[in-house]
Amino acid sequence: MSWAFLRDLLSGVNRYSTGIGRIWVAVVFIFRLLVYVAAAESIWKYEHDEFECNIKQPGCENVCFDHFFPVSHVRLWALQLIMVSTPSLLVVFHVAYRENREKQHHQKLYKSPGEIDGGLLCTYLISLILKTGFEVVFLILFYKLYNGFRVPRLVKCDVRPCPNTVDCYISKPTEKMIFLHFLVATSCLCIVLNLSELSYLICKYSTKCDLKRYTEN
Amino acid sequence: MDWGSLQTILGGVNKHSTSIGKIWLTVLFIFRIMILVVAAERVWGDEQDDFICNTLQPGCKNVCYDHFFPISHIRLWALQLIFVSTPALLVAMHVAYRRHEKKRQFRKGDQKCEYKDIEEIRSQRFHIEGALWWTYTCSIFFRLVFEAVFMYAFYFMYDGFRMPRLMKCSAWPCPNTVDCFVSRPTEKTVFTIFMIAVSSICILLNVAELCYLLTKFFLRRSKKAGNQKHHPNHENKEETKQNEMNELISDSCQNTVIGFT
Repeated sequence: MSWAFLRDLLSGVNRYSTGIGRIWVAVVFIFRLLVYVAAAESIWKYEHDEFECNIKQPGCENVCFDHFFPVSHVRLWALQLIMVSTPSLLVVFHVAYRENREKQHHQKLYKSPGEIDGGLLCTYLISLILKTGFEVVFLILFYKLYNGFRVPRLVKCDVRPCPNTVDCYISKPTEKMIFLHFLVATSCLCIVLNLSELSYLICKYSTKCDLKRYTEN
Repeated sequence: MDWGSLQTILGGVNKHSTSIGKIWLTVLFIFRIMILVVAAERVWGDEQDDFICNTLQPGCKNVCYDHFFPISHIRLWALQLIFVSTPALLVAMHVAYRRHEKKRQFRKGDQKCEYKDIEEIRSQRFHIEGALWWTYTCSIFFRLVFEAVFMYAFYFMYDGFRMPRLMKCSAWPCPNTVDCFVSRPTEKTVFTIFMIAVSSICILLNVAELCYLLTKFFLRRSKKAGNQKHHPNHENKEETKQNEMNELISDSCQNTVIGFT
């Protein structure tokens, strides 16, 4: 089980997406997943070993690291990628359900099971709203957990068993900050793409409905 | 998910590239991505562990390392490769869009579509003409811009392309000016120069491809203008469209073109 599973999942989703949806998949693959695997993972690999406090008191370093990094940036990033990709499964399941129904009834019930209309349109819209929601929630979580998107060089720690306020130094803070900003930028781009796709679908189908109503009248 | 996936994505673009574009892709895969993965990552693997400062002051090493290497060479190269490969996706998307339109026409039973079946559309190779020419040229332009920007960023961040053996650091909490020693500086310099050289070759290939496309474009235009001059009674737009379509389908279609009136 690895990121290849997510990649295969998203490739399947691509088939039932609009043009903007395909751009979203490309952005997630290349600018988020690939950057995470090829670059970000290795930066945070030894974060605990390289976290150094100016003290010999046993346990102080461990406690301070845990205090300042309740969940590591890189794990939060991975969770975000998984949560943000999963709503697309709703669309895949719905299409599979449609195909199954056609097979059961042995007749063509839909113009095309993968065509975004009717119930599938609602599912697609819900998946877009969920994706956007997850993106926003994770961005807020990052902001709240780490007091903004900065990674300081030095943090002052006075948690027991540290005897006094102790200086602790984070490894590679600048590099981590650059990649954190990159994460935020791609997250915002994905939010914009999702919102554009949402507006596009709503406009397209309301125009279609109006035209239908007009021709019927 | 790794560089192999990027290779699969870009491999699809290869079919619709010019010869210079294919050479560029080969250079990218073999001399940049492969070298990065099999060699460069090992050289930089222990960079912080073996970065040693002549002090026992806790935190000094971390701070000095961060001061001299705001972003590691390896990560910068990885980002450069990702950004430089991405414009090719514009071409892949344009080709996919064209295929989608042709499939739609085929399904409608449009007479203008001359394909026997969907498989032919799927395997058809598009010539770089019309709107696809603009997309392709834009993608090369963006590639050039990204390459140049990253090379400049490298030069700016590391004061040239050499990796020194010794760095003098006086960032707090280091008590005084402290000597810090970089691990494997010569090997890192060799690989840096290699990657910069290959980057320059890629820039030259992109410039050559751009010139080739522009030359082709102007030659085609002057040919068209020449034809119009000598044969003013030609039905211009329809005929040129017809000629373009003929060129487009000549490789893959066996049918004769249904004539336009």
